[in-house]
Amino acid sequence: MSLLEVKDLQVRFDTPDGEVTAVNNLNFSLEAGQTLGIVGESGSGKSQTAFSIMGLLAKNGKTYGEALFEGKQVLNLPEKELNKIRAEKISMIFQDPMTSLNPYMKVGKQLMEVLMLHKGMGKEEAYKESIRMLDAVKMPESKKRMDMYPHEFSGGMRQRVMIAMALMCRPKLLIADEPTTALDVTVQAQIMELLNELKRDFNTAIIMITHDLGVVAGICDKVLVMYAGRTMEYGTTNDIFYKPSHPYSIGLLESIPRLDTDDTQALPTIPGNPPNLMSLPVGCPFQERCPHVMDKCRQEAPALDVLADKRQRACFWTPDELIATGGNA
Amino acid sequence: MSEQIPLEQQEPLLSVRDVKVQFPIPKARDWPWQPIPMLKAVDGVSFDLYPGETLGVVGESGCGKSTLARALIGLVTAHSGEIIWDGKNLAGLNDKGFHDVRRDIQMIFQDPLASLNPRMTIGDIIAEPLRNYEPDLSKDEVRKRVREMMDRVGLLPNVINRYPHEFSGGQCQRVGIARALILKPKLIICDEPVSALDVSIQAQVVNLLKELQAEMGLSLVFIAHDLSVVKHISDRILVMYLGNEAELATSDSLYANPTHPYTQALLSAVPIPDPDLERNKTIQLLEGDLPSPINPPSGCVFRTRCPKVQPECAKNKPILQGSAEHKVSCGQVSL
Repeated sequence: MSLLEVKDLQVRFDTPDGEVTAVNNLNFSLEAGQTLGIVGESGSGKSQTAFSIMGLLAKNGKTYGEALFEGKQVLNLPEKELNKIRAEKISMIFQDPMTSLNPYMKVGKQLMEVLMLHKGMGKEEAYKESIRMLDAVKMPESKKRMDMYPHEFSGGMRQRVMIAMALMCRPKLLIADEPTTALDVTVQAQIMELLNELKRDFNTAIIMITHDLGVVAGICDKVLVMYAGRTMEYGTTNDIFYKPSHPYSIGLLESIPRLDTDDTQALPTIPGNPPNLMSLPVGCPFQERCPHVMDKCRQEAPALDVLADKRQRACFWTPDELIATGGNA
Repeated sequence: MSEQIPLEQQEPLLSVRDVKVQFPIPKARDWPWQPIPMLKAVDGVSFDLYPGETLGVVGESGCGKSTLARALIGLVTAHSGEIIWDGKNLAGLNDKGFHDVRRDIQMIFQDPLASLNPRMTIGDIIAEPLRNYEPDLSKDEVRKRVREMMDRVGLLPNVINRYPHEFSGGQCQRVGIARALILKPKLIICDEPVSALDVSIQAQVVNLLKELQAEMGLSLVFIAHDLSVVKHISDRILVMYLGNEAELATSDSLYANPTHPYTQALLSAVPIPDPDLERNKTIQLLEGDLPSPINPPSGCVFRTRCPKVQPECAKNKPILQGSAEHKVSCGQVSL
C-alpha cells in the first residue's frame, strides 16, 4: 500500500463568474521516504492540490475524487478528524515564512503549543522537545531563540522554525509549498540540505511544490508537471529531465537559463501566456503555446496515457514523433 | 559590448566612485544623547559603465544592490562619493536637478503590477514620460509613438485602453519596459525585472530586453539575485556583499574562474536543473546569517562567514584590485 494514493483528484471553485476547475483529473502515488516534485507556473493548480489534501481550500472550493493516506480517504473529512491527521500524519510548510508564524507569540510558545495539543505533553517536556527539534534543524543558540519573537529572525531562520514545527510530531508526509522561493540561493542551499537530511533521518515522504527545476533535480524522486490544472507529464526525475516527452516539459526545461552551459544566444521560449482557467480552450489546454499543435488538439483533449513505470503523459504525439520533429525547434 | 576596443580605452557612460548610501536609524541607540547609528546600505562602491554594455549586479537580499540602483537615478540620496554622468556629478542633486537626467536614465521595477498606476490605462501609462518631457507633442503624435512602442515590446494595439489589473505579470512587465523606453534613454536600470515572473515568461522578457538593447544601443544595469539569469544577459558582473563590492569581472571570467570566496559560495549554491550534476556537486555552505549593516564587521565584511578567514582580515579592509577584466576584493586570494 502506498503512503499516499491520489486518484482522479478534482478541485473546483464556485465564483461569481461561474465554476472554475483549478485541478483536473490528477493521479499520483507516493511511498514512504519518497519525494514528489510538483512543478508548474502560477495558476497551474499545484498549490491547490496540496491545499485540497490538507483540507485547506477556500470556502468556495470543492474536492472530488480520492486521496488515500495509508488507505484512508482524507478528502472532505470533518474538521475534527482532519486536525488529528494534520501535524501528526501530514504537515505543511508554506512559501512565506514571514507570514506563517504568529507575530504576537514567542517562537518557543508556538512550538510547544503543537506538542501540548497533539501529544498531550506537559510544559517542561514540550520545552525540552522543542529545543531538541530546533537543534535538529540546526538553529544556532536554540535556547535563546525560544524566547524570541518571529520578527527577530531572518527569513532562513523563520523557515527553519516552520520546518521544526512541521516535524514536531514526526509526520509521515511533509508538504512543502515553495519552501525556498522567498529565500536567497545560499539560504536555499542550506534549507535543501536540511530537508535532504531530514528525509534520510526520519524517512519522511515529501511533496515539494516549486517552480524551480533546479530544486526538483536536487531532491525529488518523481516529478509531476502540471499545466492549467492538469497533468502534462508524470514520471521519475531522471525520465522527466533526460527524456521529457511532452512539449510543455521540453519547453520548460529549455527556457531556463543555466549556469553550467555556455549560452549567449537568445533563450528558447514558450510563446504566449498561460491560459485563463475561466475560459480554457476546447481540447488540449497547452494548444495555444505548443509548437506541435495540430487540428486534433483543438477538438479534443488528449487522454492521460499511463506508460510503463507508472509514467503518465497527455499528448497526441508519441515521444518518438516529438523527437523526429526536432524537439521544440 | 563594443568588440575589439579594450575597456580602459573607452569613454565610460557612467562612472561611479566610492558611493556610499547610509540611512539613520534613531531607534537603534539605547539613549537619546548617543549619536544616531547609521545603516550602511552601500559602503563605497566604484565601477564604470560603458555604452551598450550590460552590468549585472548580484548579491543576497540586504546587500545593497537595489539601494545602489536607486542612488544612480536619485531615488535615494548618495551620502558621499561621485556619480559622473555626462561630465556631471549626480550625487547630491535634488529632484529638480535629476529631472533632465531621468530623460536618459530610466528604470524598470521588480513588481510589475505595483509599479503601474491602477487608475491609468496602459496607453496613458506609456505616454506619461512623453507628456512630462515633450509637452509640445500633439495628441496624435503621442498616440502614434505609444502604439509604435507597444508594438515593439509585443503588446497588441487593442489593449491600449485597458487597465493594468487586466494583464498578467509578464504583460505588465512589458508595459513597464515600454514606459522606460519611450523616451529613448541611454541607460536603463532594471531592478529584478524578472524575479516575479514564471520561468517561461522570464525567458520571453530577458530575450526582449536583449533585443531592444541591441537595437537601441542601450546600456543596462541589471540587478537580480538569480545568477543564471544574470549570466545570460550580462557583459560584466558586480558581486556585492553587505554594501561592499566583492568581485567585478566580465561574465565569462567570473563564471569560469570565481575568485572571491563569497562568489564561489554563491555560485555553488545555485541549483542546476540536471539531476546527476545537481546531486553530485559540492555545495560550499555559508555558515550563519548576514551580519547587521548597522554594525558591520571590521576589516573585511565577509570575514565572519568566510572559509578562508585569517586574523589579519579583521584589521584591513580589502580593496578591489586586479585587471580590467577581473577585479577582486579579498586579502587572501589574488588573481
